[in-house]
Amino acid sequence: MIIDHPLLGPRDSSEFTYLGDASLIDRPDPAGEDASSDFYDYAYLRDNPAGWHKELWFHEAGDRSWLVVTRNTVTHEISKVELASDVARAQGRSK
Amino acid sequence: MRYSGFRVIKEALTGHKGWKPVWRDPEPASHYDIVIVGGGGHGLATAHYLAKEFGQARVAVIEKGWIGGGNVGRNTTIIRSNYLLDGNEPFYEFSLKLWEGLEQDLNYNAMVSQRGILNLIHSDGQRDAFIRRGNAMILNGADADLMTTEAIKKKYPFLNTSDARFPIQGGLAQHRGGTVRHDAVAWGYARSADSHGVDIIQNCEVTGFRIENGVCKGVETSRGFIGAGKVGCAVAGSSGRLLSLANMRLPIESHVLQAFVTEGLKPVLPGVITFGAGHFYCSQSDKGGLVFGGNLDGYNSYAQRGNLPVVEDVCEGAMAILPMLGRARILRMWGGVMDMSMDGSPIIDRTHIDGLYFNGGWCYGGFKATPASGFAFAHLLARDTLHPTATAYRLDRFRKGYLIDEKGVGNQPNLH
Amino acid sequence: MSQKNRIEGGQINRDKVLNFTFDGKRYSGNAGDTLASALLANGVRLMGRSFKYHRPRGPLTAGSEEPNALVQLRSGALQEPNTRATTAELFDGLSATSQNRLGTLSFDLLAVNDRLSNFLTAGFYYKTFMWPKAFWEKLYEPVIRRAAGLGSLSLKDDPDVYDKGFLHCDLLVVGAGPAGLMAALTAARSGADVILADEDFAMGGRLNSETLTIGNEAGADWAAATVAELASLPNVRLMPRTTVIGAFDHGIYGAVERMNDHLAVPQSGKPRQILWRIYTKKAVLAAGAIERPIAFANNDRPGVMTASALRSYANRFGVAVDRRAVIFTNNDDGYRSAADLHAKGIRVTVVDPRADVSVLKDYEVLSGAQVIDTMGRLGLTFVKIRLADGEERTIECGALGVSGGWNPNVHLTCHQRGRPRWDDGLAAFVPADLPAGMRVAGAAAGDLSTAGALAGGARAAQEALELDGAMPPLPEAEDAPVNITPFWYVKGDGRAWLDQQNDVTVKDVRLSHQEGFRSVEHLKRYTTLGMATDQGKTANMGGLAVMAELAGKAIPEVGTTIFRPPYTPVAIGALAGRHRGTEFHPTRLTPSHVWAKEQGAVFVEVGNWMRAQYFPRSGEENWLDTVNREVLATRNSVGVCDVTTLGKVDVQGADAADFLNMIYCNGFAKLAVGKVRYGLMLREDGIALDDGTAARLAEDHFVVTTTTANALPVYRHMEFVRQCLVPDMDVQLISTTEAWAQYAVAGPNARRVLEQIVDQDISNDAFPFMACGNVTICGGLRARLFRISFSGELAYEIAVPTAYGDALMRRIMEAGAAFDITPYGTEALGVMRIEKGHATGNELNGTTTAANLGMGRMVSTKKDSIGAVLSRREGLNTETDLRAVGVKPVDSVQRVPAGAHLMALEGPVDATRDQGYLTSACYSPNLGHHIALGFLKDGANRLGETMRVVSPLTDEVVTVEICSPHFIDPEGERLRA
Repeated sequence: MIIDHPLLGPRDSSEFTYLGDASLIDRPDPAGEDASSDFYDYAYLRDNPAGWHKELWFHEAGDRSWLVVTRNTVTHEISKVELASDVARAQGRSK
Repeated sequence: MRYSGFRVIKEALTGHKGWKPVWRDPEPASHYDIVIVGGGGHGLATAHYLAKEFGQARVAVIEKGWIGGGNVGRNTTIIRSNYLLDGNEPFYEFSLKLWEGLEQDLNYNAMVSQRGILNLIHSDGQRDAFIRRGNAMILNGADADLMTTEAIKKKYPFLNTSDARFPIQGGLAQHRGGTVRHDAVAWGYARSADSHGVDIIQNCEVTGFRIENGVCKGVETSRGFIGAGKVGCAVAGSSGRLLSLANMRLPIESHVLQAFVTEGLKPVLPGVITFGAGHFYCSQSDKGGLVFGGNLDGYNSYAQRGNLPVVEDVCEGAMAILPMLGRARILRMWGGVMDMSMDGSPIIDRTHIDGLYFNGGWCYGGFKATPASGFAFAHLLARDTLHPTATAYRLDRFRKGYLIDEKGVGNQPNLH
Repeated sequence: MSQKNRIEGGQINRDKVLNFTFDGKRYSGNAGDTLASALLANGVRLMGRSFKYHRPRGPLTAGSEEPNALVQLRSGALQEPNTRATTAELFDGLSATSQNRLGTLSFDLLAVNDRLSNFLTAGFYYKTFMWPKAFWEKLYEPVIRRAAGLGSLSLKDDPDVYDKGFLHCDLLVVGAGPAGLMAALTAARSGADVILADEDFAMGGRLNSETLTIGNEAGADWAAATVAELASLPNVRLMPRTTVIGAFDHGIYGAVERMNDHLAVPQSGKPRQILWRIYTKKAVLAAGAIERPIAFANNDRPGVMTASALRSYANRFGVAVDRRAVIFTNNDDGYRSAADLHAKGIRVTVVDPRADVSVLKDYEVLSGAQVIDTMGRLGLTFVKIRLADGEERTIECGALGVSGGWNPNVHLTCHQRGRPRWDDGLAAFVPADLPAGMRVAGAAAGDLSTAGALAGGARAAQEALELDGAMPPLPEAEDAPVNITPFWYVKGDGRAWLDQQNDVTVKDVRLSHQEGFRSVEHLKRYTTLGMATDQGKTANMGGLAVMAELAGKAIPEVGTTIFRPPYTPVAIGALAGRHRGTEFHPTRLTPSHVWAKEQGAVFVEVGNWMRAQYFPRSGEENWLDTVNREVLATRNSVGVCDVTTLGKVDVQGADAADFLNMIYCNGFAKLAVGKVRYGLMLREDGIALDDGTAARLAEDHFVVTTTTANALPVYRHMEFVRQCLVPDMDVQLISTTEAWAQYAVAGPNARRVLEQIVDQDISNDAFPFMACGNVTICGGLRARLFRISFSGELAYEIAVPTAYGDALMRRIMEAGAAFDITPYGTEALGVMRIEKGHATGNELNGTTTAANLGMGRMVSTKKDSIGAVLSRREGLNTETDLRAVGVKPVDSVQRVPAGAHLMALEGPVDATRDQGYLTSACYSPNLGHHIALGFLKDGANRLGETMRVVSPLTDEVVTVEICSPHFIDPEGERLRA
């Protein structure tokens, strides 16, 4: 596969390490009322779609960016690649 | 119809006119006591044991394609019970014992071949870990044998011990491990289940669950509604897709695992070998093809196919320990979709919906588990209690923290 | 020896005679021959035996789809089983042997199976061999295994070198027949970067096997001229002898180029084969079509071939398989074969089941007739024909060409699970669902005429590259329509082969249907149809058609099996490339490696690193003597150890301390500058991930260390937290593992050694336990000093830029000479950390919690950190949780084995009574007996208890006492000295 890195252009996927669903960005509030339940959901449950999937790839043999790749799990087609830090900020993560 | 050598001879002499369909092709009834979704190895085994061991007569297996078309039909055929953790080892040992009696139980020759499996050791740390594992196996009633490199070389003289990057320092063997003719497992279970009255319904896709007041009443299918007292799902590889129809999210990701077979060769590998410093395991089928595999491609996929980097990685592992394989040619590569669970171990449990039961999350170890998985799932469906060897495979273990993590890599499915 | 069947014409070089042997017998052929064509030229049709019945077999085809003519090529370690004689390029001195036989090829004892074929039908083995139970493994299976298989491996290491390479192009063209050449030419003339790959050694595809003209020249000449033009263009890479094996995601194709297989002596410096990964923007598949046979009784004898194979042998190789030939065809292309053979002086009779065909030809045509049987023990001698009027006629001949039509070669279009579409006009599947970026042209797309192929190739290239303008002018070429009436098999009682290699007959398909194996996949798996080394390229369609007829369905309703990579089988060596032997993985060396080697160190693999394991001296009997000496010398005076391999991560920024607070379960915000703290990282699931230290060199600067094994995963995890969870923190990370050489100097004299090296005051007051700082050494070289101790002794770790690593080690040895400083390796390091009760990977095995490790209280409840929430789950906090303990034998001479399990002193030994296990064990030279670390249920409350450790695997049972894991200096006085 080829991942079109937003900063570096197209790169072979073997330069990257895969983590999983991009929902891992949405780490729950540990002080929240249902923290233990929220963390169980966060750490263990997955939509696991057959189709479009936002997922985290780390450019390990490259610039060490974490990327959010939108990829179809049936066809492997990639429609979008973003810097994970941009996605995280857009979702309200900060410090 | 009973199969035997005598029968084969008789049919040969009378033009093979007497062979009957190995399973019927019935129309679905409107209601069954138990409906198994998924005509793979686990679903068919469940049906067999439900009918034969638990006296359940009104059972159907429904399959969206053709039976045996999932991972029971695309795996590397290995059976073993060399697990470390108490949550796993008794279950897999139970499975191995069922394998040992399978042909007589089914009256079907699935070619269970206990030719032995050998895990190679390449470091002191690995040896310590394998000794702990071998001890756990023996303590659970299985067999294990710590082999020296010299003893290994007697059985596999062509292993690379001259210029290995990670020299072989012995191995942990389970001599009762081995291989089984995988397709025959599905067919044998189907034949037996069918003969005990189970309806096997192919080309029937589940499109939804009928759930009323938190109780599952049956399944909507491409061939109409089928009512059921209990519905058991055994569709590893598609678990996420199926259970999403019941609005369930699972602790499972779907990943692709590739496997490979070479052209037919005269016997070279007597048993099963796994490399301990790379991703490669290999055996030789009775037909002569070397069957091997390695690591997951590593990304979520339902595509049933993989990519070159893993192909190359596996072949590098092959050449690292068996450089005599260089001129053997790979004939076919394929990919199967694995239910990769969050701790690398399976789930056999009720769901929060009454009457809906779940069997899945087999990662890439589902084939060897087929008999015990079927037995334990049948036990659960028939008696509503967990089978004693499968008490750890609870769906709520992730919430509660009772994890069964053989590899110790945590909640990242592609590392298991 | 004479080439009795060699006729005029063809593309072989008659001036270049090549000598070769087959089964020890000498023959000659010519340059341009394949092994099959040369053997046929010599009158040899028998080349192999079938898989199950051991029936005599000769080539069915003239290409890579060959199921029958498989031989073992070369000998010794170079022996190559299952090589298709139809593609093996002849070279001088080639030696081949036949395979899968017991006895000789012409007298194969296993041919007895053929007599028993009525008992050995599809799937018979599933129904028998079950009694008595033990006999399967002891008797039946070994016999079956020996009889099965085809060729043999040499069992010797493959001596050849393989390589891998990467290519990029605008357009990859697969196949160099008329469509492929035209596509390549069109693309190349537009200036695009083009790769043209073909499995054959001669480009031109079927043009080399035809007598057709293109424009005013012979097709083969047009092909040669076109190839010459392409070769002259700088933007074209021609790759003959290159098989494109697979179409992978995102336009990446795999290809194997055979560099040396056609040579007697390999070209020096060239690998045998190269695996290319070709990154394409677009691709044109022009892989042609494969002629399929018709099944009839005994259609498998040597001399029975596809009609186009007879044509290829005659036209391209100048070989008449026999001077008398019959063509059995259901389509007009069979007549082209007949006409070409006729033109070569071969007497031809055409048998055509179609009743309405013209018989007005230069050769005999029997319309409405069918071939119903053949004769000939080791090769075809007679063909039996049922004429239109029902009469039977026998023709004596040695060659029978069969044409059941052509199957477009859709293989690569299916590699991403695309399904082909049925085309009634062709009575064949054509490509439908294509991988992104791929176009199909020519016969592969169902355009079976030459003109159609040329136009299709040009169009495909134009479309792929989005070229403007009209189609390029195309030369005139044959444009005959396809005329076919589907005809799959001749009805009758005899055995009619569908899959010739695996011996699958029409009867087997019938039985499969009778027994309910009716889906394509069941048919394939039950009968083994299409599972041979050719993957059913000539067999699958026939089987499908028979099944369709039995099921009363149309062929496309029955379906099609899935083509999987590789297109043709690929040597494992080629896919591994150079990654074998010591080159399997990269080797990482530490900065003191050369120095350690000089000291005679024994090295050990630690991940990809090589680390000094111990430093033997003369007079020491075994490794344990050495390790004991190193440990005692360190504890009694001073030792030095290279710890460079530990992971190092530089953490800088205003929020660095907050960041570490998040990463570690224990607190770091209040760590003073100039201080080091032990830290434990958890995974988000609450299990220990790694441990190490973090040293605060400045308010906004920390250095984190990780274990060697986890250097990469921990760094990745830290970047995940930084980029994905706290993107606005002012913190930057960089892995500096390779940037700094780091040595541990440990032992009561450690300070006295380092005082001579470090420029600053490192007295206990100035630089106490857990101090750290930037220092200079040797009069100005920058260095980092950490007062931390893994061994439990007064110890320092000193780091310098890697380039100075070797020099620093030598300087330390020099400074330590007065104290008899002793280099120690990973073994002694391991012993000292066990004595001290420090955890490593054996204890942090991915299933242990902070509580298990005895560090439960470290998990701060006052702050958020990764893993804190889930570490509080019920299952990770039970009363009987495992706790880290020490273990020592009651009888001090006994060994305590790592990996043993802990059991009560009395009672049975089984898994239900398992109390825990030992993770690490060693002999402690300081204590004079073995010690071990382990985990024991409720261990913290059981110190002093006597238990058994059992290791049934190694047959050991030892009575032990449970004790604190801190065997040496539990109060830590030495550390602070």
